[in-house]
Amino acid sequence: MTQLSPAHRARFGLSARWRGTIFGVLGVVTIALIWELYKFLGPADGVIIGTLTVLPRTSDLAMPHLATMLARLFEPVTGAAIAVPLWQAVAEASLFTLGIASVGWLVGVTVGMILALLMQRFRLVESMILPWIILSQTVPLIAIAPLVRRWGAQINIGEFSWESWMSVALIASYLAFFPVSIGALRGLGAPDANHVDLMRCYSVGWWKTLWRLRLPASVSYLLPALRLAAVSAVIGSVVAEVSIGLRGGIGRLIVEYAGSSGGDPGKPWAPIFGSILVGLVAAGFVGLIGLFLRRFRRGESPA
Amino acid sequence: MSITAPTNNPDARTTTSAVTVDGVSRVFAARKGDGVTALDSVSLTVAPGEFVSLIGPSGCGKSTLLRLIADLDMPTSGSIEVFGKPARQARIDQDYGIAFQQAGLLPWRTVAGNIELPLELHGLGKVARRARVAELIELVGLSDFARHYPDQLSGGMQQRVAIARSLAESPSLLLMDEPFGALDEMTRERMQNELVRICAETKAAVVFVTHSIPEAVFLSDRVVVMSPRPGRIRSIVDVGLGDMSNRGEDLREDENFFRGLSQVRDLLHGDESAGRPPGARGVETR
Repeated sequence: MTQLSPAHRARFGLSARWRGTIFGVLGVVTIALIWELYKFLGPADGVIIGTLTVLPRTSDLAMPHLATMLARLFEPVTGAAIAVPLWQAVAEASLFTLGIASVGWLVGVTVGMILALLMQRFRLVESMILPWIILSQTVPLIAIAPLVRRWGAQINIGEFSWESWMSVALIASYLAFFPVSIGALRGLGAPDANHVDLMRCYSVGWWKTLWRLRLPASVSYLLPALRLAAVSAVIGSVVAEVSIGLRGGIGRLIVEYAGSSGGDPGKPWAPIFGSILVGLVAAGFVGLIGLFLRRFRRGESPA
Repeated sequence: MSITAPTNNPDARTTTSAVTVDGVSRVFAARKGDGVTALDSVSLTVAPGEFVSLIGPSGCGKSTLLRLIADLDMPTSGSIEVFGKPARQARIDQDYGIAFQQAGLLPWRTVAGNIELPLELHGLGKVARRARVAELIELVGLSDFARHYPDQLSGGMQQRVAIARSLAESPSLLLMDEPFGALDEMTRERMQNELVRICAETKAAVVFVTHSIPEAVFLSDRVVVMSPRPGRIRSIVDVGLGDMSNRGEDLREDENFFRGLSQVRDLLHGDESAGRPPGARGVETR
């Protein structure tokens, strides 16, 4: 085993991080360049083989300039005198969706963890519910959205009444719980046989073993699962907003603005950027959690 | 707690043996046939403070025997007592410390954190814990590395941490499963010297599984030579190299050491001479 001095380690870590950032920026710039280059060089009617369009038309309507998209963000949403700038409308909708996605993520992570713990604890539970967990993800979201809304509408307990946003959050959690339950199950089973033996030698029970050994050991499996869950929750929220018809979020804006692409080609892109931003914020939040749990990821090969 | 006076069973050391293995067999169920007999009616007694090595080729059941004593596995027949109690009770009472071939340190805990793990799990207070950990780190000579993480240590250092951890609760019995098996020869000899010193200080009984003849002879009061398929005790060699506290590097040049070596080697190589009367099994030859 080689030993690295802390200074050497830090320098190496820093350069690796810089390299990651640079490559990330380069990737975005490359996509932007390809977009503009194709728009500049490509035929106006797109590339058509037979009757099949393989590459899109390059008109300003079909493929607006990136500059058009960005400039559109700072113009008012509509021609009305009271209209706010487009970026502000998108930002508000993004926050709304982010809020719902967060609730969905929290519920999904909780449910996923509980399922994983039950499966780890009881073999029987694992063979009973693991197939159902996998099967659950084959059901299309569009199919369950109306069901969830209809069931929700029937819930009315005292002061509490089911609202549409809760349906959206529930569907988001339906997507989010899956990677967590699978990742956590892998992670909880990850400790070496050696470590499990050691805990048995110390004659500590399942809970202490869980807290001192299985949970810490599962962190490096759990973090990617949490990140996947966060992104899934965002996608779930956006799609569910559309299929449930909830107003105020990004999903709704995407549908609404798509209609104006005919005369205002820059506008539909704004909520798309918004949803990307929400996804990035969600993933970034999980990255932040990972930072706090760094201690438990020692020995993990640098990702 | 102090290093030199084990607290568990202070009176047991005069009255009962540390480990009593009586007619133990262990058969692992196989999908087809009768299963694999890992141990076949093995009997062994380890006195308090005695260092006993189990040696033999792969498949002779030496690790299985250790796991049975540690109550990590159950014998198919026969009984195992540790300090006069059933193995299970001894495990619950934390009568032994254990070290494996892999150091088995938790990578997210520092050296100090790993050593204090058993103390923490068993609810010892923070102040007492810190004092005990400082003692143990000193004992294994890692004082400068208390705040290091396992991935920053060499294999030998990791193994020393594991040994310190096994000593944390001052057990009167240490179970060690090839703890130096993964180390290079030089580190290995240094670790053996240290183990001898530690054993002299703690006066704990040790059951030590190893592949290495010199290691077994150098460390042990008695060497248990085992033969495979089924796992049996072929013979027990009384090495008699004297008190732990007097064993040093020069012992490796000693005539008695070499005599022990060749004795154990002959017994091990007797494996190939088939048709040997099995009368010696499980019986001490001297």
